[in-house]
Amino acid sequence: MSELMELNYTVSNEDFTRAGEASSDVKKKLKQLGVSPDAIRKVAIALYEGEINMIIHAYGGKIKVTISENEITLILADKGPGIADIDKAMQAGYSTAPDKVRSLGFGAGMGLPNMKKNSDKMDIQTEIGVGTTVTMVINI
Amino acid sequence: MDRYGNSVYLIENLCKGCTNCINRCPTQAIRVRNNKAVITPGRCIDCGECIRICPHHAKKAKRDFIDATDKYKYTVALPAPSLCAQFNNLEDINILLSAIKSIGFDDVFEVSAAAEIVSEESRKYIAEHKDQWPLISTACPTVVRLVQVRFPNLCDKLLPLITPAELAGELARKQAVEKTGYKPEEIGIFFLSPCASKVTSVKNPIGMQKSNIDEVLAIKDIYPILLSEMPKFVEQPEDLSRSGKIGLSWGITGGEVGGLLSDSCVAADGIENVIHVLEDLEDDKFSQNLEFIELNACNGGCVGGVMNVENPFAAKAKMQHLRKYLPVAAARSDSYGEYHVEWTAQVEYQPVFELADNLKESMEKMNKIEELTKEFPGLDCGCCGAPTCKALAEDIVKGIARKQDCIHVLREYIHKLSEDIAELSESI
Repeated sequence: MSELMELNYTVSNEDFTRAGEASSDVKKKLKQLGVSPDAIRKVAIALYEGEINMIIHAYGGKIKVTISENEITLILADKGPGIADIDKAMQAGYSTAPDKVRSLGFGAGMGLPNMKKNSDKMDIQTEIGVGTTVTMVINI
Repeated sequence: MDRYGNSVYLIENLCKGCTNCINRCPTQAIRVRNNKAVITPGRCIDCGECIRICPHHAKKAKRDFIDATDKYKYTVALPAPSLCAQFNNLEDINILLSAIKSIGFDDVFEVSAAAEIVSEESRKYIAEHKDQWPLISTACPTVVRLVQVRFPNLCDKLLPLITPAELAGELARKQAVEKTGYKPEEIGIFFLSPCASKVTSVKNPIGMQKSNIDEVLAIKDIYPILLSEMPKFVEQPEDLSRSGKIGLSWGITGGEVGGLLSDSCVAADGIENVIHVLEDLEDDKFSQNLEFIELNACNGGCVGGVMNVENPFAAKAKMQHLRKYLPVAAARSDSYGEYHVEWTAQVEYQPVFELADNLKESMEKMNKIEELTKEFPGLDCGCCGAPTCKALAEDIVKGIARKQDCIHVLREYIHKLSEDIAELSESI
C-alpha cells in the first residue's frame, strides 16, 4: 500500500513531563484526517505506552509514523539496553522498571501487553546492548 | 440562532480586530477578517472565554429578558445554585427566593432541588454501568460540546442524564399545571443562568428533543433588580427553599462529585484543565477504578460563569458559608412523582476539525499544511487573523486565507517587489 504520510518524532531522555507529546500530536492529526475513532484510540494508547517505555528503559529514541489508506504503522526505535527475555516482557505485570520510575506510578508491567492489545500486528527486533525496534500496525 | 445554535456573538462596531479572542479560544473557532472577529459556527462551544477576555466588550451572549414574562399566563423562575452566591451577607436563601418572586414571577423552583435528584439518579446510573467507568459529567453544556467536537472516543462515556436546570424545568411545569389548570405551553419556565452555554443548551438541547425551559435570563441582568428588592424580605421571607447542601454545592467545582458520596471521582475546572483531563482520559491514563469525572468549563465551576456578577472565588466562599447550616439534602426523588431524567436523544461525535471527506484528500491537505507552516516564522502573533501559524496554513489550504495575510511573508514579498522595481527602473 502506498504510503501517503510520514511523521517523525524524537523522544527525549528521561523527561516524563514530555512523555505523550508524540502520541498527542499523532492523535490530533488522525482526527483531522478523519480516521475512525476506534483506530485513533488504539494508536494513541499504543504510542503513549511506547513513548513511556523508551523513556524508562532506553534513554529515548525515535518514532516514525506512516499512514497509508488502509493502515497506520508505528516504528519505535531506540539504542537502549535491549530486551533480555521478550516472552517475559510480554507478560502482563512483568516489569524491569527501576524503583525511581515505579514511584512515579509507571512500570506496572503493562507497557508491551497494552501495545500488543492495541495493535493488529506487532513485531519486536531486539539485541542486547544495541537496541530495540518495535513495529506496530493498526488497520484503519 | 444558527444551525449550531451558538449564543456567543459579536457586536461589530465595538470590535477593533485585535488578537485577544483568537488566542484565547480553546477550539480555534475565531478568526479576524477585515478587522472584525468572525466565529466559525460549528467550532464554537460557547465557553465564554472570548466574552471574558475582550477588552472592548464586543462579545456578548444572546439571552432573554424579564419582559418575556408577558408572553405567559403563569411563570416560574429557576434560580441556578450560583445565583445564591452573588450577594453579600445573604444568610437565608428564602430572602433571595422571595425577591425573585416579587420581581415578576408567580413561583420559584430551585435548580439546586432538582440537582439533588440528579445526584440521586447519577449514583444509581454509575453503580449500574461499571463498564462505562469513568463516566463524564454532562452538567456543563460546554464540556459536552467539547467532547462532541474533539473527543470521539469519549462520547459514550458521557453520563446520559439531563441537567439539574432541565429537570427543574420539567418538575416546575408539572407542578404549575397541576396548581393552575393552565396548559403546559401557557406556563413560562425561566432559567436564571450564570453562563452563555446554558442559553445555547436550551435553544439547541443536549440529549433531548426539546428543552423544558422557555426563556433564559442572565444573572447579571436581574442582579440589580434583585438587590433593591431583597431588603423588603429580610424580616419575613416566604418559606420557599427546598434544597440542601448537596444541591447548592452543584454551583461550585466538586459539588457534583460531592453528591455522589464516593471517593473514586475527579473534579476539574477551567477549560484548559478540562481539555487536559479529557486528553489523558482518551489515552487511558486514568486508573480503572475511577468512577466519575466532573468537569466544569469555568474556573471555580458555575460560579465562574460569564453572566455572573461576583468574583468566582468570593462567590465560592459565600456559597460555603450559606450552605453551612443546611441539611445534607432536602429534595428527594420520591416527593416529585414521575419524571424523565435519562437522555432521549443520542449525543454524537461532530467531526468539525476534519480536513476533507476522505482520507486521501485529507492527507494531501495535511501535507500541504505541514509544508506551508514551515514558510511562516512560527511566532503565532495572530496578526494574520488566525491564532497560530499552523491555523493560517490550514485556512490557506481551505481556501479562506492567503499566504500574504502573514505580515512577515508580506514584508519579504514587498521587499522583493521593491528590489525588482528598482532593477527594472535601472534597466529602462
